[in-house]
Amino acid sequence: MTVLDARAEHPVRLILNGRERCASASPRRLLSDFLRHELGATGTHVGCEHGVCGACTVQIDGVAQRACLTLAVQVEGREVRTVEGLATDDTVLGDLQAAFKRHHALQCGFCTPGILMSCADWLARIAGRGVPDEAQVREMLSGHLCRCTGYTPIVAAVLDVALARAESSNA
Amino acid sequence: MKPAAFDYQRVETAGEAAAVLAQLGDEARILAGGQSLMTVLNMRLARPQRLVDISRSKALAGLRTDGDMLHVGAAVTQAMLEWRPGLAQELPLLALAFPHISHFQVRNRGTVAGSIAHADPSAELPLVLLALGGEVCLRSARGGRRVAAKDFFTGMLLTARAADELVEAVRFPLASAGQGHGFEEFAMRHGDFAICAVAAVADARRLRIAVGGVADRPVARDLPLLDGAALDDALNDFAWSLDVRDEPQASAALRRQLVRRLGRRAADQALTTRRPA
Repeated sequence: MTVLDARAEHPVRLILNGRERCASASPRRLLSDFLRHELGATGTHVGCEHGVCGACTVQIDGVAQRACLTLAVQVEGREVRTVEGLATDDTVLGDLQAAFKRHHALQCGFCTPGILMSCADWLARIAGRGVPDEAQVREMLSGHLCRCTGYTPIVAAVLDVALARAESSNA
Repeated sequence: MKPAAFDYQRVETAGEAAAVLAQLGDEARILAGGQSLMTVLNMRLARPQRLVDISRSKALAGLRTDGDMLHVGAAVTQAMLEWRPGLAQELPLLALAFPHISHFQVRNRGTVAGSIAHADPSAELPLVLLALGGEVCLRSARGGRRVAAKDFFTGMLLTARAADELVEAVRFPLASAGQGHGFEEFAMRHGDFAICAVAAVADARRLRIAVGGVADRPVARDLPLLDGAALDDALNDFAWSLDVRDEPQASAALRRQLVRRLGRRAADQALTTRRPA
């Protein structure tokens, strides 16, 4: 493939939450900044910018990963899903979001978008493998820092969704 | 924290990547998962002229058994290996180590070969490759070569890779009958860099103990089959043989004690999980 010049901006085409979008980015543009500043998807938050805090976690082709450790030019032609894509419409929360609300699994909400994108991927990937235990949920959540909740209500919300989904798939 | 400017090039094959490296040497950096490299770039600890992105290469995404080895191409993510059905039978030591390797979200993008190429002395994948006696496949415009793990890691973030070579694949020997495995780690937080990590492999003849996070590279030592006080003595000698320094987060004395204690736990686990030959 041709070399993308450092000093130029290059078009990046992607599917963002199911819709085709295109904007331009220089090679050094981080996906986290590209989403927020070029595409207006400000639900994805930026915390540490070195992969530790988890606030910028999005899904690329369904897989949860750090937007701050990904370049905008790397998502050319790929599907990116952010927290804005979780609810099916503007008035109805998804089951995971509803469980977070029910369990008070957020306070300031800064870390929440990243946590939701991780949990959504993980819960989909373990579907059909039985209900996870608390230790497994905590291992998955270890990649996110939350300074408000102490994690306990987050763990409860994730376990609640896992159980509900397992029961509905058995019904 | 934003990276300094660089040119970006996506490549499909090891040959294309090697051609760029032949031209630019260490002015070019290979971008695989980027979970170490992007951090380094964001902090501006490195300012390469060009990033060569291999992450979407199908040719480098091979994950397959090849004789008695598991071949892991340079674009294979840690999650692809972690979620591989049957991994606990093929490579029990890797299955034990995976929960300690950073976090779910980082393993989703980070590559197996990239962690080994980065050669952080506290990283688990270099430690496991060394403990199992694996090898690293290097490719340059001059040709290919394989380097044993024991010769690959040469110091803090340093390897036997030349500036014009890329790590094309890494190869782990599959577990054989009669082997047992143990893995223990201490870190400040779950998934954080290891203050000390120990991998143990036992068979009918010997016990191999490999230690990460302590010296400037992972270090392995083969011991005869010992137990009780004789095993503790051997682990104590091993701990004192390592070049370990005081650091703000852990003293040398703490790290030596962790080698003794985690070493004993990992050894016991390896000795008791040996499968009948």
